[in-house]
Amino acid sequence: MSVTTPTQLDVLESEAIHVMREVAGEFERPVLLFSGGKDSIVMLHLARKAFWPAPVPFTLMHVDTGHNFPEVIAYRDAVVERYGLRLVVASVQDAIDDGRVVERADGSRNPLQTVPLLDGITSHRFDAVFGGGRRDEEKARAKERMFSLRDEFGQWDPRRQRPELWDLYNGRHKLGEHVRVFPLSNWTELDVWRYIEREDIALPDIYYSHEREVFLRDGMWLSPGDWGGPRAGEQLETRTVRYRTVGDMSCTGAVESVASTVADVIAEVGASRLTERGATRADDRASEAAMEDRKREGYF
Amino acid sequence: MGTADSTNHAQRDLLRLATAGSVDDGKSTLIGRMLYDTKSVLADQLSAVEAATAARGGGQVDLALLTDGLRAEREQGITIDVAYRYFSTATRAFVLADTPGHVQYTRNMVTGASTAELAIVLVDARKGVLEQTRRHATITALLGVPHVVLAVNKMDLVGFDQTTFEAIAADFSEYAAGLGLTDVVAVPLSALDGDNVVDPSTRTPWYSGPTLLEHLEAVPVLRDPRTEDFRFPVQVVIRPRNAEHPDYRGYAGRIASGVVRVGDEVTVLPSGKSSTVVGIDTFDGPLEEAHAPLSVTLRLADDVDISRGDLIVPGGSETVVGQDLDGTVCWLAERRSVLGQRVLVRVGTRTVRALLREVNARLDVENLTVEQWHGVDTLHAVDATDTSSDASPQALGLNAIGRVRLRLAEPIALDDYASHRRTGGFLVVDPADGATLAAGMIGPTLLDRLVVEAPADETDWLAGAGI
Repeated sequence: MSVTTPTQLDVLESEAIHVMREVAGEFERPVLLFSGGKDSIVMLHLARKAFWPAPVPFTLMHVDTGHNFPEVIAYRDAVVERYGLRLVVASVQDAIDDGRVVERADGSRNPLQTVPLLDGITSHRFDAVFGGGRRDEEKARAKERMFSLRDEFGQWDPRRQRPELWDLYNGRHKLGEHVRVFPLSNWTELDVWRYIEREDIALPDIYYSHEREVFLRDGMWLSPGDWGGPRAGEQLETRTVRYRTVGDMSCTGAVESVASTVADVIAEVGASRLTERGATRADDRASEAAMEDRKREGYF
Repeated sequence: MGTADSTNHAQRDLLRLATAGSVDDGKSTLIGRMLYDTKSVLADQLSAVEAATAARGGGQVDLALLTDGLRAEREQGITIDVAYRYFSTATRAFVLADTPGHVQYTRNMVTGASTAELAIVLVDARKGVLEQTRRHATITALLGVPHVVLAVNKMDLVGFDQTTFEAIAADFSEYAAGLGLTDVVAVPLSALDGDNVVDPSTRTPWYSGPTLLEHLEAVPVLRDPRTEDFRFPVQVVIRPRNAEHPDYRGYAGRIASGVVRVGDEVTVLPSGKSSTVVGIDTFDGPLEEAHAPLSVTLRLADDVDISRGDLIVPGGSETVVGQDLDGTVCWLAERRSVLGQRVLVRVGTRTVRALLREVNARLDVENLTVEQWHGVDTLHAVDATDTSSDASPQALGLNAIGRVRLRLAEPIALDDYASHRRTGGFLVVDPADGATLAAGMIGPTLLDRLVVEAPADETDWLAGAGI
């Protein structure tokens, strides 16, 4: 029998499954951050593959901004139901209500997720936290480890990261510390989409082209909702759009697109001249070091 | 277009590579050029670089800025860590470990090289092979990186002179051969102007070899698994114990090397118990055979006691199982090693308690010589209190490479790194705070080879000094 070179997706899948099994073998209380976004959906799919025929041995945690796309919450709940998973929700609204964080002037809640995230990790005593971060996303992430040690304040210190050699991941940590784990580190946005196509993974509908009432703010198409848009003077109009990322509705922009299938999206992403964050995340455009600062504070 | 893209992609494989070189050699410019010319840089990233260039006083857009990382680094104009870059062509995707090349960053080079199948060693055509070039080649050889590219950069500054290039290539190849590096390809290029990086240069008519990217697309991504021994470190035991699978028991892991087939006789180490593979399971269905680096779940005929940390090898294989680990380490922590120190050793998926019993040689990466001494065996006489000298020869500080002997609390499978790159590496971990103190390679390495050849080096040195 001939041995063929494994494809890139085979290698990336195998690596991610390996990382997930390492976490299952080394940690007591792992949790998988699940937003209903495509990266977390791919992570969950990999977790199902890694432990089959046993169920996924991780709890899911959703850091809920309160500014949700209804389609994404519906998807989240359906997945939890279908696979019999345990979901905990860390709520930004709760954190605002009891004064742990303060609503920002611009109304964006993406940067406010750090406090409920860390509080959720602490109160459930999670020791390993899977995130869908990829190194191709952003400069600070390019230096991230697969296993990223966080101190008791959840802080990331780029100078104190452990060297990672071969496939030996060192997950040892002291009480109160935890480890962020990024199984998709070596994937690019296109890899994620191609994997979604190959594995025939269902996503929330808003990733595909649809007609939607939107309005323009700071060069981005935003959806109206309880979060507070549109303001006076911002005109609603119907556009054919899709979302490249899903998050806080108040700062996640739609892109005009007719890509209605995975293959269409792959063609579109392959031809795009903008990164997904640059195109659709207002908060990531704030400053050259925005992500570095948020990561240091304990963000995803 | 979508269809053509998918077709290409279905066959696309993945190459991991590392770059070694300093900012002065134009390493960042070279990487920026590869990202730019393979269209891996998108408009918003490019405009950020244009803005950064303008903020620094303007001028030609500096592709080197594409690989700039953290603000702390930008402010200090240095690189403090390994960064990973991604680019791809129609046939291959690349994961590039971008490692700073200064001497104090040996740690980062070792890290980047550990997973690389290919290393790009960068030299400045005006300067040729320098001490640091030799250091980069040495670490590449120490870590067993199979393929090396010598990128002779800044050819534009020597008028694309063939003789200059060939002299540097010959100089390096001779040195590399002495280190046991056999696959070395030299490419004359200009990262600044793009000559021979992605597209062939019209300014080097005398060069008929591949461009850098053409070569990166052509090298084999891994050794043929059929020529390697099967190794399977067990990560977790899968036991659903539900109505559907009441008695299922599978051993989940990633095949580190080689091939496994249903029906194969296997031995479980360190216990030495034998059994037969009756199933190779995946979520997508059972397989008749599987090879590295796939993640699978094995089922065995007998109900043998297997847990995380065990290593499954072919039946009847001569794998060494022992409690004395001799190997070469690169010290990765600020804290120096202490003889008699209690540590944890991580090999494959197994972690065992261990004693740093002996440090008996050290590689000088500046001069590429090996200093040896009689190790003080601390197995029965712990000498952890001797702090009389800050630079004790028996201690290894940050970035030092030395030969050690570790006594393990229990016997484990010990594969030589030289023949088992996927299972012969290990970590030394501080049990107190979990810090990774060192990374090591089991068995004889380049360090031992340099010891043997030390007298020859001395002669060369004398000749070079005119004595």
